[in-house]
Amino acid sequence: MAAYIFKRLVALIPVLFGISIIVFLMLALIPGGTAVAILGPLASAENVAKLNQELGFDRPLIEQYLTWMGNLLHGDLGRSYSLKRPVADEVFERFSATLILAGTSLVLCSVLGLLAGVVSAVRQFGWTDRIVTFVVLIGISMPSFWLGLLLIVLFAVELRWLPASGMVAVYGGGGLLDVVRHLILPAFTLAVVATGVIARLTRTAMLEVLRQDYIRTARAKGLSERRVIARHAFKAALVNVVPLIGVQTGLVLGGAVYIETVFQWPGIGRMLVDAISTRDILLVQGGVLVLAVSYVLVNLVADVVQTMLDPRLKS
Amino acid sequence: MQFPLMKAVVGLAFAAIAGGGAITEAPAQTPPNVLIVGQIAEPKSLDPHAVTAVNDFRILMNLYDGLVRYKDGTLEPEPGLAESWDISDDGLTYTFKLREGVTFHDGSSLDAEAVKFNFERMLDENHPYHDTGPFPLAFFFQAIDSVAAPDASTVVFKLKEPYAPFLSNLAYPTGLIASPAVVEEYGQDYGRHPSGTGPFKFESWESNTSVVITRNDDYWDGAPPLEAVVYRPITDANTRVAEMLSGGIDLMVEVPPDNLDQFRQDPAFKVYEQAGPHLWFLILNAKEGPFADKRVRQAVNYAIDKKALVDDVLQGTAEVAAGPTPPAFAWAYNEALKPYPYDPDKAKALLEEAGAAGAELTFYVTEGGSGMLDPVAMGTAIQADLAKVGLDVTIETYEWNTFLGEVNPGLEGKADMAEMAWMTNDPDTLPYLALRTEAFPDKGGFNSGYYSNPEVDALLEQARSSTDRGERARLYKAMQEIVREDAPWAFVANWKQNAVSTAAVEGFALQPSFFLILRDVSKN
Repeated sequence: MAAYIFKRLVALIPVLFGISIIVFLMLALIPGGTAVAILGPLASAENVAKLNQELGFDRPLIEQYLTWMGNLLHGDLGRSYSLKRPVADEVFERFSATLILAGTSLVLCSVLGLLAGVVSAVRQFGWTDRIVTFVVLIGISMPSFWLGLLLIVLFAVELRWLPASGMVAVYGGGGLLDVVRHLILPAFTLAVVATGVIARLTRTAMLEVLRQDYIRTARAKGLSERRVIARHAFKAALVNVVPLIGVQTGLVLGGAVYIETVFQWPGIGRMLVDAISTRDILLVQGGVLVLAVSYVLVNLVADVVQTMLDPRLKS
Repeated sequence: MQFPLMKAVVGLAFAAIAGGGAITEAPAQTPPNVLIVGQIAEPKSLDPHAVTAVNDFRILMNLYDGLVRYKDGTLEPEPGLAESWDISDDGLTYTFKLREGVTFHDGSSLDAEAVKFNFERMLDENHPYHDTGPFPLAFFFQAIDSVAAPDASTVVFKLKEPYAPFLSNLAYPTGLIASPAVVEEYGQDYGRHPSGTGPFKFESWESNTSVVITRNDDYWDGAPPLEAVVYRPITDANTRVAEMLSGGIDLMVEVPPDNLDQFRQDPAFKVYEQAGPHLWFLILNAKEGPFADKRVRQAVNYAIDKKALVDDVLQGTAEVAAGPTPPAFAWAYNEALKPYPYDPDKAKALLEEAGAAGAELTFYVTEGGSGMLDPVAMGTAIQADLAKVGLDVTIETYEWNTFLGEVNPGLEGKADMAEMAWMTNDPDTLPYLALRTEAFPDKGGFNSGYYSNPEVDALLEQARSSTDRGERARLYKAMQEIVREDAPWAFVANWKQNAVSTAAVEGFALQPSFFLILRDVSKN
């Protein structure tokens, strides 16, 4: 297993390398420059040129890229032009916030999705199945930023149960309970779509497994239905669902960009949006790099878990 | 069959919601005597010399003072850190007497050397702390030849040439005075560790969460009533409104027009409006194509239904503009100037006369940006107005920074017209930087439509070098008449800035400068 994980980690290197080149090129290709973004609307062409020179943007792209790469290998992500602070500090701070939000969402959507899928499959074509399927379809189809706004109107504006936005109360806040209260709405909103996808797939996987001969055998042995579902069917279905949960991480991290904007969550998704609009290339590179690594790592964990559930996959 | 886990989860969820209700009733209120302000974005820096955005100024004006400041409700300079000043007859020497006993928040004292340090850091490339820039608005002070500190409480500015907007520029955030000791301590990171002399002291800045400033008990102009102010960046306008409605913030700026009425009708809120020195206009490319002909430029001014734009698209949050100078500069504004009336027939006749009927035009529109109001909707409405007089307008839309990168270097060879908006602090700034022949983009200016009229050039130069305000006013008024007639731009709207606070907020007023001044605000 250790060798397998090591191999996967090594394979991560070319992936990250490729991502960094693509991000670098894309930012270089879009019009509008960093210097204009820093100097603002009143920047003269002369000052823009001067600043570009100071920042090294007048040098060939390949040279700029290699400089960045060289610094990265020394563990230096550079300094953000727009925020005037080290990229590593900003990325670390913001990624922690995203981790709290996305992590909670991932747990939420896994638990709810699996539950809904199993219930649906066990009660196939029954009322429970129909209701769950209907709710799940609505969840998948609804734009999450819109759902987020509706939840804000209901729970923050009308009922005043929960705060409308932010991660902590800005004055005297910051305790665990405070964060949890701020977390409920965005985490739920972010989890909705992924929950739907996981529920749909779990249902299909369960239905398939429930038709297998060994399930009939288990039932014939006289095992309780609960035991059959939980021990025999669910575990087998899980093998197919776990990698999907890994893939959903991408969806959740991507969705975090909208959700962090609607709920003003101080995470890395919002940081990236700002960084792209100010052409803060080092900040974008740092942020994307961290997101890419976390995505690949979560999928690695999913694969390892899958292998543990189904030893046949080891070979 | 049973699913105990499912029951547990559902039970927990309900418990959380119900529990949430119990624990949250109090926190829906903001803390007493602390003002929470909903900002439109995260500040870029709290170094007053390094920023250009009004959003940042709203914090800076409460942390720092300048030598002079705008008198409440006006754009007229009054004493700030300088108790008094003297201007030489030739307009070249400004001598300021500093207030005694003022200290920066870090404890160091405000003296003439500190003032000198601030301007030299911005202007002198060899200054040891010039590398803590860039300083995008340093050109506000490029007329300065030297700054001297003959004694601890006297600062003398020598100018290269007479420059009438100098005092007004000193009242602008670029003229705020930062603590040299703290700049030296933090260098490049100063923007996150600001220290001034203002009514509030910097407390903390958490990325994308809040900037907190607290009362300066030793403030020279009397400690402010508020204990602290918390600025929260809330980029999404809908979320900002929701925070206001749910009691999460006490004051919000730039309220979407759609929501103003709702706040107006609710006694729990107060609505503020204030016209400012803002102009929203279209740059017309006078160098080539149809707009090289004055009649075509005038035709566009007649063809655009400006009243409909401000009433319908902007829902009354702006007023129709008559010329290049906003009415907020009351002393320099030509009251006799009337906006171009909406007259499509006249527009058609002018187009016919100029042989430009049915001309095809390229129109640069931006998606958003400082002072741009609702640029896409406005651009589309203008396109429709121009279609009514037979002009075939193609819109090209760009994101703000890209847009500036296209428009500021000049429209030649690219477009016939472009949206633009400026907010300034002196009647000199906009026309001087964007209407003179010497301000063509290749000469470092912002005259992206290449308007050139020697008479206007002369008037603006004279107005800038005269220190007599009556004389300046006369020159600006003459300039406005000529420019209105020449129509280098389509004059569209002057924005009224707005804000909403809870009823508990007292002593607040919006300023024509668009700054957010909180030193006299209290909260009950």
